[in-house]
Amino acid sequence: MGNYLARRSLQAIPLLIIISMVVFALLQATPGGPLARFENDPTINEADLKALRQKYGLDDPIPVRYLKWVGSLVRLDFGNSYITQQPVLEIIGERLPNTLRLMATAFIVTLLLSIPIGIISAIKQYSIFDHVVTSIAFAGQSIPIFWFGLLLIIVFYSKLKSPWSGGPLFPAGGIYSLDQQGNFWDGLWHMFLPITMLSLAWISWYTRFLRSSMLETINQDYIRTARAKGLREIWTILKHAFPNAVIPLITLIALDLPTLFAGAVYTETIFSWPGMGRLFFQSAMRRDYPVLMAVVMITAVLIVFSNLLADFVYALVDPRIRYG
Amino acid sequence: MLWWTRAFDMGKNIKTLSSDDTNIKSVRSNSGSISAMTWRRFLRHRLALLGMCVLLIILLTSLLASYYRYDPESINLKEKLQSPSLNHPLGTDDLGRDMLARLLYGGRVSISVGLAVSALSLLLGTLIGALAGFYGGTIDNLLMRLTDIFLSFPSLFVLILIGAMIRDTPLAKYQGGLFTIIMVIALLSWMTTARLVRATFLSVREMEFVQAARTLGATNLRLILVHLLPNSLGPIIVQGALSTAYAILTESGLSFLGFGIQPPTPTWGNMLKDAQTYMTRYPWLAIFPGLMIFFVVISVNFVGDGLRDALDPRSIQSQSTNT
Repeated sequence: MGNYLARRSLQAIPLLIIISMVVFALLQATPGGPLARFENDPTINEADLKALRQKYGLDDPIPVRYLKWVGSLVRLDFGNSYITQQPVLEIIGERLPNTLRLMATAFIVTLLLSIPIGIISAIKQYSIFDHVVTSIAFAGQSIPIFWFGLLLIIVFYSKLKSPWSGGPLFPAGGIYSLDQQGNFWDGLWHMFLPITMLSLAWISWYTRFLRSSMLETINQDYIRTARAKGLREIWTILKHAFPNAVIPLITLIALDLPTLFAGAVYTETIFSWPGMGRLFFQSAMRRDYPVLMAVVMITAVLIVFSNLLADFVYALVDPRIRYG
Repeated sequence: MLWWTRAFDMGKNIKTLSSDDTNIKSVRSNSGSISAMTWRRFLRHRLALLGMCVLLIILLTSLLASYYRYDPESINLKEKLQSPSLNHPLGTDDLGRDMLARLLYGGRVSISVGLAVSALSLLLGTLIGALAGFYGGTIDNLLMRLTDIFLSFPSLFVLILIGAMIRDTPLAKYQGGLFTIIMVIALLSWMTTARLVRATFLSVREMEFVQAARTLGATNLRLILVHLLPNSLGPIIVQGALSTAYAILTESGLSFLGFGIQPPTPTWGNMLKDAQTYMTRYPWLAIFPGLMIFFVVISVNFVGDGLRDALDPRSIQSQSTNT
């Protein structure tokens, strides 16, 4: 197993190097380059521009600039925002907790709902419950989620009224009400619609996956053996079928981890949630390339590592891979 | 009700589908060619047929859109934000443009993007997968690492980034940026196809019929095109349906964010973007475009499901050994 893991880890290194090269190339291809915003600035003359070019090392040969850039990446220095001049790492630090809160909650909701639903749907195959679940799951994977978010706002914000205050049933944006900063219940109230929007597609995907994985498992011979020996159905399912049906889910979860960092562009944009997804959207609107490149770079690195993690965990829980 | 849930079964687990054995036998007994058998299996998939009909209707109406009396881009402020009526069947938007006309023309864009992206990404993916699977060794290794690289990038982020980079350039101006969008989405979505094609090539490459053809002096090109590629056709076609759905969702999402097809060219995505300002008072502005995306995508997915069952009868049988 050590051999396998070592080989997989070594493969990740050239991958990371090439990813950094691609991001660097994209950064170079940005129209105008980092000094574009000074070019029409009347207070800055040719000499200043030249001095700035010197300062930022823009006249160095490309390999030198690439190495310098990678060096600063390793020190987690992603440069400053073109717009606010704030260090990019600081901006990300402000947004990340919000995204983690939203995504982690949605993720937990997804797991709590999709595991029982998927399993029951498989055990009671072709029951009414199963029909309803499979239909909703299929629809949930075909619905454009940004549209689903708009529908949620139309129904729960503008049409339905709260029986207590007479205001909207659920808020359509923000993290807290203005006068309720930090209040747990107010936060939960604000999270309800974004979480619903986020988890629909997620739950659909996980439920479908678990249902077919469970169906595959309960039709295997060892389950029949357990039943034939007179084991009660509930124990057959819980002790013998369930663990094996859930193992493939671990890979899925590991592969979804980068989303916890990257956030959800559509959800955060629609519900004005000040997280990473909205940061990316806003930075793209303002062409704040240092922020954009930093987020793309970090997410890509996380994707590479989560792929590795998925392989490791799978090898850990599945002896067939370990000894294969 | 059996057919209904079976449609969602993702082609697994035969033991509960006892009726299926008889179905397959009956197909075999009166079968003609393989394609006729496949076609008959597809026709049995009712949701796939329904999806096909919905797609055809949407395609036809959007092709005939120029016969409709309103132009999608003509502004009439006197008639802005009207509810659906006889005159404007789906109402008008904030500039008084007819919603039905915009929906029909938007359909043209969405469907062309879907089909073009799917065709391009299948072509690219098949080419890369076929080369990797056929030649193996260093070529395989290089091409698969290339695939890994593309898979490592968060595709939505990269799409938005490229959208932002080219927004004010001529690339984004011509036809509202239609061709650029198609190229970019296709360039970021060929990887699954490549892996699928490579896998079938690897499994078939060493079989006797391929060796026989090689012994008879078939060139590499002929081996790839005539002997190996047909074995990948099933997965490729199913993947085509899936990537059409993906492309339509992605294009409308990008246009919704403002980084896709640029106004005034109407698409379902940028109609939803415009609707956001007014939708709490005029919900139909947001309901209809989204409904169209939903119908098209779910229909494409149904067709994809039907194709999978029709093209790969093995997939209906137990896959329990395949973990």
